[in-house]
Amino acid sequence: MVVSEFIVPGRSPMSARTQVLLWGAQRISAMVLALCVIAHLVTMIYAVRNGLSGAEILGRTRGNVALAGFYALFVAAVAVHAPIGLRTFLSETFEWRGRALDAAILVFGVLLALWGWRAVYAVFGG
Amino acid sequence: MSMLQVRVWRGGESGHYQEFEVPRLESQTVLDVVTYIQRSLDPTLSYRFACRVGMCGSCAMTVNGKARWTCRTHIAKVTDGDRLEIAPLNNLPVVKDLVTDMSVFFDKWAAAKGRFQGTQTRKDDFARVSPESRQRKLVDEAIECIGCGVCYSACDVVSWTPDYLGPAALNRAWTLYNDVRDIDQKARLAAIAGDAGCHACHTQMNCTERCPKQLSPTAGISGLKRAVLAAALKGEL
Repeated sequence: MVVSEFIVPGRSPMSARTQVLLWGAQRISAMVLALCVIAHLVTMIYAVRNGLSGAEILGRTRGNVALAGFYALFVAAVAVHAPIGLRTFLSETFEWRGRALDAAILVFGVLLALWGWRAVYAVFGG
Repeated sequence: MSMLQVRVWRGGESGHYQEFEVPRLESQTVLDVVTYIQRSLDPTLSYRFACRVGMCGSCAMTVNGKARWTCRTHIAKVTDGDRLEIAPLNNLPVVKDLVTDMSVFFDKWAAAKGRFQGTQTRKDDFARVSPESRQRKLVDEAIECIGCGVCYSACDVVSWTPDYLGPAALNRAWTLYNDVRDIDQKARLAAIAGDAGCHACHTQMNCTERCPKQLSPTAGISGLKRAVLAAALKGEL
């Protein structure tokens, strides 16, 4: 049996290089997420330690460019990290591979980014 | 004399367990048990072994649910009672009883460019590689693989992604990647990149946990991931 007949590292039409870069992107986004989650939790606990209403929170966040940038980065890291992991999960669990999966994952990533940035705008914009 | 109650897989991909009673002896190995069954109870039992001393990698089987080399696994290590269940390795097609078809396992070594490619001929002098060099030390940590298939059988990623090259083939690629005499590195990194290559590994470390030679394919695979990523970033993939 010829090896290439049944073993094709990277059966997805995506090139092996792209697959490797996706892996790298997931690692880097994981590092960003680790920092973002810690900063988010610490800020939240600090901010609401004496009780804080929604209106009071919005009063402090509106127009805060630094926090808006931080959460925009947070959303970007999620939008990169989650779809790549989901792609692996779907291919391993449901044997879904190939172009349709890659397209679905791309759409999922774009939607995550748009929803997230919309939320950031709602809290920090205006 | 106390007896062992041994359940042994009979048949191919579909089959059943057959029960045998085997005398319990001191310092008895799992391979001793299988050999006793074939020689004294049922000569139609098929299994594979050669050296009996942990060198050849032929006798690996699933013992009480875990992949092991049977020639150097004492019964006392796998059961504190009198029950033993012996099955063929997972993740490989069963030929008959305890014998698996290991073609895919070794074909994946070839697919991972597991063959040394040098430049020198027999007329050249020996290559000088310092035992103290970083790369030679990395090779030393991974070179003692006997090709038994235990890591491949224990790997969940192989069961989820049948294309995945697996721990043994990638461990081999890692030893060659660190061999300063080898000239096929670019092709090797390309062969092991991506979804069915080293990047499929989830670092669950079943291979490292189960390797009878105490190697760590996980460590080698991590090294390969970094090497391939570096090559991809440089556009060399």
